[in-house]
This record gives sequence, C-alpha cells and structure tokens, in this order.
Amino acid sequence: MLARTADSMFWLARYMERMENVARLLEAAQHMSALSADAAEWQSALVAAGCDQGYALKYDTTTPENVVRYMAADRDNASAILCCLDQARSNARAMRIALTRDMWDAVNEAWLESRSLPPSAFAMENLPHTLDWVKRTATRFRGAYAGTMLRNDVYWFTRLGTFIERADNTARILDVKYHVLLPDYSGVGGMLDYYQWTSILQAVSAVRAYKVVYHGRVTPWNVADLLILRPEMPRSLRSCFDEITENLDRLAEAYGRRGECHRLAGAAASRLRYARIDSIFQQGLHEFLTDSVERTAEIGNEIAKLYLL
Amino acid sequence: MTNAFDEMRGKDGSPRRAYEAVAAWLNATPPEVLAAKREEAERLFRRIGITFAVYTEGADTERLIPFDIIPRVIDADEWAFLERGLTQRVRALNLFLKDVYGTREIVRAGLIPERSILLNPAFRAEMQDLAPPGGVYTHIAGIDVVRVSADEFYVLEDNCRTPSGVSYMLEDREVMMRLFPDLFSRCAVAPISRYPEDLLETLRSLAPPACEGEPTVVLLTPGQFNSAYYEHTFLADEMGVELVEGADLVVDDGRVFMRTTQGLKRVDVIYRRIDDEFLDPLAFRPDSVLGAPGLMAAYREGGVTLANAPGAGIADDKAIYRYVPDMISFYLGEEPILKNVPTHDCADPDSLAYVLDNLHELVVKEARGSGGYGMLVGPHATKAQRAAFAEKLKAASSVYIAQPTLALSTCPTFVESGVAPRHVDLRPFVLVGADRVRITPGGLTRVALKDGSLVVNSSQGGGTKDTWVLRATNAAAGGK
Repeated sequence: MLARTADSMFWLARYMERMENVARLLEAAQHMSALSADAAEWQSALVAAGCDQGYALKYDTTTPENVVRYMAADRDNASAILCCLDQARSNARAMRIALTRDMWDAVNEAWLESRSLPPSAFAMENLPHTLDWVKRTATRFRGAYAGTMLRNDVYWFTRLGTFIERADNTARILDVKYHVLLPDYSGVGGMLDYYQWTSILQAVSAVRAYKVVYHGRVTPWNVADLLILRPEMPRSLRSCFDEITENLDRLAEAYGRRGECHRLAGAAASRLRYARIDSIFQQGLHEFLTDSVERTAEIGNEIAKLYLL
Repeated sequence: MTNAFDEMRGKDGSPRRAYEAVAAWLNATPPEVLAAKREEAERLFRRIGITFAVYTEGADTERLIPFDIIPRVIDADEWAFLERGLTQRVRALNLFLKDVYGTREIVRAGLIPERSILLNPAFRAEMQDLAPPGGVYTHIAGIDVVRVSADEFYVLEDNCRTPSGVSYMLEDREVMMRLFPDLFSRCAVAPISRYPEDLLETLRSLAPPACEGEPTVVLLTPGQFNSAYYEHTFLADEMGVELVEGADLVVDDGRVFMRTTQGLKRVDVIYRRIDDEFLDPLAFRPDSVLGAPGLMAAYREGGVTLANAPGAGIADDKAIYRYVPDMISFYLGEEPILKNVPTHDCADPDSLAYVLDNLHELVVKEARGSGGYGMLVGPHATKAQRAAFAEKLKAASSVYIAQPTLALSTCPTFVESGVAPRHVDLRPFVLVGADRVRITPGGLTRVALKDGSLVVNSSQGGGTKDTWVLRATNAAAGGK
C-alpha cells in the first residue's frame, strides 16, 4: 500500500481516539466539579489533554465554560474535539479508497452533524448530551472498522493509530493525578480522595471494570494496577502495548522486515508484562508515566520512519 | 426555443414509446411524493460524499450538483445509432492524433492548415514521433452530444484530455435504483455498472513495452482540493487500484515507482487526472509539484504508459473541431454518423463579418474556454448585451468561434413550478484500449435547470439526470 495511505489511516484512527479521550476528560471533570467547587478538575483536564499551555495563552483564569470551549470547539486548539473530527475527516477524505463504506459513513456523517451543532451544544447543561454523541461517534468508527475492514496492512496501521494514541492518553491521565495515588499523599482525605480515584476511572470508563476485577472499594494502588498492568483492561498501558506489538509483528511478517519500532515496542511491552505495581511505585510513579509517554512518542516516530515516509 | 424536440412527448402530446412507463409514472405520482424523493436523493448524495468544489464560493467549498429525479430515456435503436457514431468519431480522433504527432498527412492533403496545429497551445512537441502502446492517444473520451430531432444528433464538443463526470453517471444510477426500484425494473434499463471494470481492462491493455507480467495500474490525482477529487477516489476504489499523488511517484532509470509501506513498487500504466502542463516539471511547467520529475522521459522510453496521452488536447480544441468530419472521411473513408455544428472561426475576417451581422442567432464562445464561462447565447441576450459583446469580439476576434443556436431537446424535469421541460445534453464515455473500444450504454445527462436556458454546465446552474438506455426488446424478454 502507499506510504501516504498508511499515514492517513494511522492519523485518522489517532484523531478519532483523541476526540473520544478529550470527551471523557471533560465528562470526568464536569462530574468531579459537581463535588468540589474549585477549578482544579478543569485544570487537570487541560493538562491531561496537553492543552494547558495553549489555554493559558488565551485565558487568564480557569473557568469551566472557557475550558469546555477551548477543549471542545476552539479552532486554535488542534486537539479540540471538533478539530480532531475535522482532521479525521480530512484524512479519511484523502484516503477514501482505503476506507470501507461503513468507516466513511461513521466519520463523514459525524462531521456533517458537527457542522450543524448549535453553539449551545457545549453549554454546561447540554454538555453531557453532546459528549455522549462524541463517544458514540468514536465507538461507531471503531465498530465500523472492526466489523468491515480486511485484516491486512491497512487494518494494522489503523489499529496502531488507535493504540498509540490510547497509550499516550492513559499515561497522561494517570500522570495528571499521580499525586493522589501516592501513599504519602496528604490531600483533604476521606471521601474526596475516594472521588479523586474514581474520577480517574471515570476518565477511562473503567468504574465498572474496576469492580469486576477487584471486587472491592477503590484503592489507589489498584487503580494504578488496573490502568497500567492489567491485560484485560482495554485502556491499560499493558493492553495498548500488547496491541501495538501484535500489529507491528503482523506488519513485520507480511513485509518481511523489522525495524527500530519493533524493538522499542517489544521492550516496552515486556516491561509492562513483567512489572509489579509495588516496584513501579518504589521507582516513582511519575517517572514511570513520563517515561511511558516519551516511549510512546518515540515508537510513533519510528513507525513513521519505517513505513509512512 | 419553443420548437425544441420534446424527448418525452410527440407533437400530438402522447408519450413516445421509450417514455411510456415514465409518463405513466409521472401521471400517477403527486408532486409531494416527487419532492420527498428529491430530498431523499440529496441526503443520499451528501452521505456518499459526492460533491464538487466551487472555487468562487466562501469557506464551504463542497457543494452538490443538483440532481433531477426524472430519468432521461433513450431507446435501444437510438442508442445503437449513437454508439456507432461515437465509435467512428473517437477512432478518427485517435488516428488524427497519431497523424499530428507523426507525418501529418492530413496537412499534406491540404485539409487542415499546418499553423492550426503547430501554433495550437494544446499541441505538444514533446509527443512528436513518440509511439504510445496500441497507437492510442485518447483512451477515455467524453463526447458531448445534443439532440435536435427524432433522428438528428450533433456533437457539441469532444473531450479528449481528462473528461470528468463518469462518477455522476454511476452514482446517479445507484441513487435512482434505490429511490425507484419498481419503475427501474419495469423499464428494462441496460446496466452501466461494468464501467469501472471496462476502464481497468482498457488501461491494462495499454501496458508499456518494458512491462513484464501483469501491469500495475494507478490513478494520478492532483489531490483532495481538486474539484473532481471525489471522482478520482471513486474510480480508483471501483477499479481496486492505488490513488497516487505526484509526491508518491519516483522515476528511476526509465521506470516509474510508487512509495509504499514496503519500499518502492513499479507502476506500469498511469491514468492521470492532472493536466499536461503539470505532469512533469522537467518537461513542462517547472513549478509543478503535482507531477513527477522524469515522467515524460520514462514515457518516451516505453517504461510507463500515460492515459490519456499528453497532447491529446489538440484533438478536442474548438478551433480543430470543425475539421472532425474531414478527419472521418480522410482516415476512415466513411460518412460522419453524428453531425458537427457549423462553426465560424472569428479569426477569419469574412466569418467575423458574418458573425457580427448575425449575433442574434448565434452562440459565440471562446475557442479555449470551458465550463460555459464568458459565452454569448445570441437569441437570449438583450440588444445591449449583444452590442457589448460585439465590441469584445472585435477587440479579440481570434479568441472566438461562433455556431448557430441549436434547439436542444428537452426532457421532463422536476423544478419549482412542477414537472416542466428543460434542455439537456449527453456526455457518453468512450473507452479506447489497445484491444477494442468499449462504450457504457448511457452517459451523463446534464440539464439546464433554468427555464429556457441552453447552458447545462454545473458551474452555470446545470444539474444532472440518470440516463436510461433501454435494452433491445428481444434481450429484455430473457432478462429479469
């Protein structure tokens, strides 16, 4: 396949995934801010989405309305929900030929709908409804490609886009809140901590998954364990890297060559496979997560070098 | 044009045979139902993403070409006649191109002045003595045909470079089959869905001399901002070939390759949808970033085939148009089946004088123009408009040609005021391979939606219709 096609599919999947993650971050922030009146939750959402610096250039204070406007609909913010959708659709349109009809419908119809969204769609009282639409769109896209694409290189590049983006997002979400997970954290204590941990789960839609896996009340160690090391958790770093290595391996088999991206992904995946959560805490959770974000970016660059240029 | 030929109804008002089913359906269908169907059609087109770019509009550069839901019907006999005429014409055009870039016998025979060829901006000296596979230059031709009576068809213009519109032909059919399955099956319409296959077979028959084994075909597009981009993706997809941009191609040692995820892969036949000037910065416009450096050299050496061939535009030039009947008799020794519109070249002083005296009856247009811009339809213009145009004409006479205003046939069309006759033309697509000629039954019918207008171009408020060529009755008996 054309290198440019692979590049478009990779980024199409990344933007759809990013859009969904931004929606989840806003959802969690809105939920949490209903419990505590300060703006910390909104600030966390900005940081986790990598939007804090861009936001600071435009606004002096962090208000819910401005954060939502910036993360959802601001054309100056490349990671804003509507910008992600624009870029996803642009990549899809550039490579219509590689998309199945269902994938195209999922992206194009959402894009058409987004253009007729009223400005009030992102008002606080309508936000939950609109974010549901965003998540539905991303889910429909993933369902469309899982259900209709041939299992060949086009599919593997699309999967790589999804999981590189997701690995990046999960690590960022955890890193923003890593301090509330540390044993020596001296926050307000009590119920609010409990909600903090829950909010992390919520940002990755894992509240129910947690209950199924740990059968008990939420503890910070288990939250970190679930989102970093658990293979059955679809947004854990472990799961993401299992997917990344699997799809890279399939490409290597089909094409008969391997590169630096394979080595890096393999190293990252095996680290996650054999790590224990207590040793990660001992070495430093923050350092571990920062390192993970960097590794993910590095793997993305190496994939581009080997296949996409 | 009150005396235009009505394709649906004869002079006595009763439907012509081909239109019986459609006329009965129109009688039985209330306007609300038609309006609802039209809305559904628009939704379908938007969903498919079939849009075209309009450069002069604001930020929203994607628009739909209006689609009319009443099909245009062509009888099997009428089509057989058209098919013979089209084949004849395109064969002659290809022989003309071979001659133009060879020994120019037609000039020696005194039929076409040499200056009309050598000084023509569509002439490409780079093509001199280059023998493309199969001797074919225009592989995909769109011939614009209008009808003026039951048995008279005129060719308004030939499109030998990169004619577009075939995706509308195919998508219009898809939409019609979804909207009106019953009417469709009652009419025994000849299928058109083989077009992409025919196109691929045509392109594969053109493998260059250096090609070993199965030829690899690609479609070369200028990219997603081109007005016909949808069509490029559509055709590449339907054929199952790669849709490449210039930056995806590399020329090395006389062969062309594309950059893939597995390194470079050889390309044998390029269906190019970019203009000659942009194909290769080393041969044509040096500032082009749409093509691939070295492409023409590889083509000349037989390393790759370009379809259509560069320089094919000389055959569809409006100043050359009037010689096409001569080409048919000169190269084929046959009488032209399809008529040519008498054309006055305003560069000639006598012709100019005639044109100025008869502006009220003539259509005057730029010889190099396209898209229906900057033309005068004499009978529809005011006195003042004609006077103003006469001044333009005198100032730059060599730019213009003039033709009598044809009474284009009309088809029933669903417009604001209900179902009313509107003028139409037809662009059938003719595929010429190294092996044979393939023509899909039908083509793109364009309709002038404004009452009385003769300009069908989408840039001037024209729309499209599905074109139903009926199967011969004996064949229909065995079909579904």
